[in-house]
Amino acid sequence: MNLFADIHFPPALTLLFGALLVPLFRGHWRNVYVIALPVIAFFQIAGLPSVAEGNPAVVRATLDLFPWLTDQSLSFLRIDKLAKAFGYIFTINAIAAFIFAFYLKKSTQHIAALVYIGGALGAVFAGDLVSLYVFWELMAVASTFVILARQTDRAKGAAFRYILIHILGGLFFLAGMVMVVADTGSIAFDGFDFENQNAGTWLILLGFLVNAAAPPFSAWLSDAYPEASVTGGLILSAYTTKTAVYTLLRGYEGWDPLIWIGCVMSVYGIIYALLENDMRRILAYSIINQVGFMVCAAGIGGAIAINGATAHAFCHIIYKSLLWMSAGAVLYRVGKSKCTELGGLYKTMPWTLIFGTIGALAISAVPLTSGFTSKTIILYAAEQRGLFWPWLILEAASAGVFLHAGIKFPYFVFFNKDRGLRPKEAPMSMLGAMAILAFFCIYLGINPQPLYDILPGNHGDFHAWKFAKIVTQMQMLMLSALVFFIFLPMLKRTDTISLDTDWLYRKGGRLLFDFADRSLNSINTASRRIFIDGLAGWTGRFFIAAPSRFLGWVLAPIWAATGADKEEIESRKARINERSRRGAFPIGITAILAVILLGVLYALSLVK
Amino acid sequence: MSEDPNKSQDSSGEFDWFDKPKSRRFLWKLLIGACVLFAVLEIPLFIAHKRHSHFNPEENPTFDGWLFFYALLGFIGCSLMILAAKGLGKWLKRPADHYGSNEDEPLPDDVDESLR
Repeated sequence: MNLFADIHFPPALTLLFGALLVPLFRGHWRNVYVIALPVIAFFQIAGLPSVAEGNPAVVRATLDLFPWLTDQSLSFLRIDKLAKAFGYIFTINAIAAFIFAFYLKKSTQHIAALVYIGGALGAVFAGDLVSLYVFWELMAVASTFVILARQTDRAKGAAFRYILIHILGGLFFLAGMVMVVADTGSIAFDGFDFENQNAGTWLILLGFLVNAAAPPFSAWLSDAYPEASVTGGLILSAYTTKTAVYTLLRGYEGWDPLIWIGCVMSVYGIIYALLENDMRRILAYSIINQVGFMVCAAGIGGAIAINGATAHAFCHIIYKSLLWMSAGAVLYRVGKSKCTELGGLYKTMPWTLIFGTIGALAISAVPLTSGFTSKTIILYAAEQRGLFWPWLILEAASAGVFLHAGIKFPYFVFFNKDRGLRPKEAPMSMLGAMAILAFFCIYLGINPQPLYDILPGNHGDFHAWKFAKIVTQMQMLMLSALVFFIFLPMLKRTDTISLDTDWLYRKGGRLLFDFADRSLNSINTASRRIFIDGLAGWTGRFFIAAPSRFLGWVLAPIWAATGADKEEIESRKARINERSRRGAFPIGITAILAVILLGVLYALSLVK
Repeated sequence: MSEDPNKSQDSSGEFDWFDKPKSRRFLWKLLIGACVLFAVLEIPLFIAHKRHSHFNPEENPTFDGWLFFYALLGFIGCSLMILAAKGLGKWLKRPADHYGSNEDEPLPDDVDESLR
């Protein structure tokens, strides 16, 4: 089993180098090959030396890439339980996603996805800020290509906005990193101390929160993910936000503001998901809601909360991918994703419905599913720290999850109104991938111990399975379901979108452009009129006309003295003016003029 | 629904249990029954003092120890969220082509070949 035990090759590089070889494969071999890569990476991670629970010692594989640049060595492989837990779920999800994508014939999306997932693996195993930053940006670029792979105009627009926001987030991170390194002299990425907060640590936090999709930097997620392709959406749903959760757990454990940021995210996600009409956009908003729980747990801090967030990230990736898969299968077969155009699909896509419903129940934390055994730990951590109000918000939010993701998504897609759609059931590869993830959703709900064993901390005698907990949870969920069906007339879908913070750069950007156009370009026009058309022309005319006028003015008394009459003088003046305009003085006159000019200049210099 | 040509053609042997008013009534009863069941199940727990607040009464409110607290939380919490969404929707909702329409865009090639 420990094939790679002695090599310690960073698992990220397996996917990154593996991505380069994708074009060498053809047809189904290519699909088999891309499934094999995360399988290899998974066993690599399993083969990494294990670190005993509670043992702070970590194994670091370091790399002195730039010894002339810095005395710090880059660490591409920091092995501890937190990194490994994220590594496991990242590779498991990649395996399922590539099985789902078996139908794909083009290689571009596979390459982008492999680099993206490789970047995510690199980020969670990175032991210092610099290598984290490199993988962080690699993810941003590769994920943009995952979005672009759909090749629609909408996807292109969304990808453009997506990369702009991620460049902004990356710059926050970079600026913060430079300040922190200048301040501490170390590029180490361990926990930042809330007591020693400074502009640098806050900027890095801001960079992480952009990727965690915390409002107001959240709109990129619901803008871009639903425009990605059938598989692109489900691959994207797992990595960017969860890598950000990992960095928050690693770097910002116990930072109190995160508790409230997480609470805002969890409620924000629900409200927007309730307003949304596009099924994949509903799922996108529910990612923000779920990540809110994990961000809150990072803020709560302590072994229980960190375990809760890790376990929840693990389970969340599984059931959220499952939901994206069922939505993807519907999109693949029907070509539509709006609730106002879908409905009644249970008749011909029963397996997609069943697997999707398992994901929907898991995200709602129904007992017997994985969401119940993981989310409960976060709520327990809030109880333990006596955080009543955050606890209450998270409980209410988990009731709200059932509303929008648990019932609304399956109801409007598979039931509601029969719109005469009779698509075929999803292809076998899609159903197979969904079956694998659905199995995990239920298995980890019944027997969470294998998951608890890989969690980073020791969470004591916590057990999700308490009779009282099950009764109260079911009470809450059933009443939420009741509310959904009572309020159903109010939840009728309309063919609308909801304004989010992306308005600022979608409409706001255009307004800024118009404003700049009007204000700056009117200055431009006025300047052109005054300086180019006005001043420059006048100056030109001045320098052509002035010497000849001056000459005429100087010579007129001389001519008069030599006996020329008025007419004669005027005609001579006109001749000089005409010659000056054409620049056609005979040399003699030019020489005289030059001498006069020099004389005048000389006289002026004497006066001075 | 009935004027849809596709439906009348192949609705003969098709599974349409969820469309029948009778089934819908049954599901309503099932849902209300489940609400009542889990509410009733809490009563013995409450009497046996197994249900109690998880918070220290000196520092925090202890509503969560009340009987039917979670039922109320689910009901009131969800109602408020729906009403909030409805209210915000008046302000935030825009037609689907608010940022420009792409209606005539062809279907991308990641969907089933038979659709293209």
